[in-house]
Amino acid sequence: MRWFWIDRFIEFESGVQAKAVKNVSLAEEHLHDHFPGFAVMPGSLMLEGMAQTGGILLGETHDFEHIVILAKVPKITYHSWACPGDSLIYTAKLVEAREEGGMVECTAYVGDRLVAEAEIVFVHLDQSDPAMGAVDQKNFVFSMNLLGILDVGKAGDGTSTD
Amino acid sequence: MATSEEVYAKVQETLIDALGVDDDEVTREATLVGDLGAESIDFLDIVFRLEKNFDVKIPRGELFPENLTGADSSFVEEGKVTAAGIEELRTRMPFADIDKLAADPKVENIQELFTVDMMVKFVEAKLAAQ
Repeated sequence: MRWFWIDRFIEFESGVQAKAVKNVSLAEEHLHDHFPGFAVMPGSLMLEGMAQTGGILLGETHDFEHIVILAKVPKITYHSWACPGDSLIYTAKLVEAREEGGMVECTAYVGDRLVAEAEIVFVHLDQSDPAMGAVDQKNFVFSMNLLGILDVGKAGDGTSTD
Repeated sequence: MATSEEVYAKVQETLIDALGVDDDEVTREATLVGDLGAESIDFLDIVFRLEKNFDVKIPRGELFPENLTGADSSFVEEGKVTAAGIEELRTRMPFADIDKLAADPKVENIQELFTVDMMVKFVEAKLAAQ
C-alpha cells in the first residue's frame, strides 16, 4: 500500500487554500477490519488526508524546499463518518506559513455533510540537516509521485492545469 | 490600547487553546513547561496563535529564544549558566525574571523563565511599539 490518503487535488490556490478528494473504496483492505460488517473510513486516516492536503499547500509556498512534518494536532473533531462509495472533500486553509513551520485549518465533507474538522501544525525540516540522515525519504509525501497529483486540478490563477 | 488585564485574558485564551489546559491553571506565575506541560512544538503553536489573536508579527526566536545552550556556547559551564550567559539572557529575554535564574543558574532552570507573565509583558511591549 502506498501512503497516499488523497486521490487528487481539485483546487489549488497557492498560499491560500487547497481542496483534495479522497474516494473511499471497499477495495481498501483496512475497511474490512474497521469494522467487520460496518466499513467506515478510520478517523486517523482522514486526519492523514487532511494533513497531506494541508502539508502540500504549505510545502508549495516554499517550493518544497523544506520537508514538512506533521507536528501537532491542536484540535480535531469528528462529526460524522464516511463509508465506501463516499467522496471525502478535504479543504485546507493556510493560517500560517513561516520559515520554521506553519498551520492549517481543515474540514472534511461528504456532500454537504461535515465529517471532520481539524487544526494542524507542521514544522519544517531541512534535507541538509545532518540529523535527517536516518530518515527514510519514502515516508514523506513529497515524493514526485504525490506531487504529480498537483498536475490535475486548478492552478492558483484559476486556470486548469490539465 | 489594550490594558494589561485584557492582554492577560487573551494570553490565557491562547494557552488554553494551544495546550488544552484549564483557565485556572494559567496564572501569571505559571511556567509553560513545568506547570502547563508545554513541549517544544507547542512554542511554535503558541507563537502562531499570539500573532493571530493580537495581530502582531513575532519573528523566530524573539519570544522563545533558541539555541541558548548550544555545545559551542560560552554561556554554559558545568551545567550552570555563566555570567556571560546571564547577560545574554537579559538582552534576549528582557521580560523574563533573569534575577531569579541568576540566583540559581542551573541550566534546567532556564525553562522557568518562560512564564505566562513574561508572555504578557512581551505582548504588551509589542502592542505598544505598533
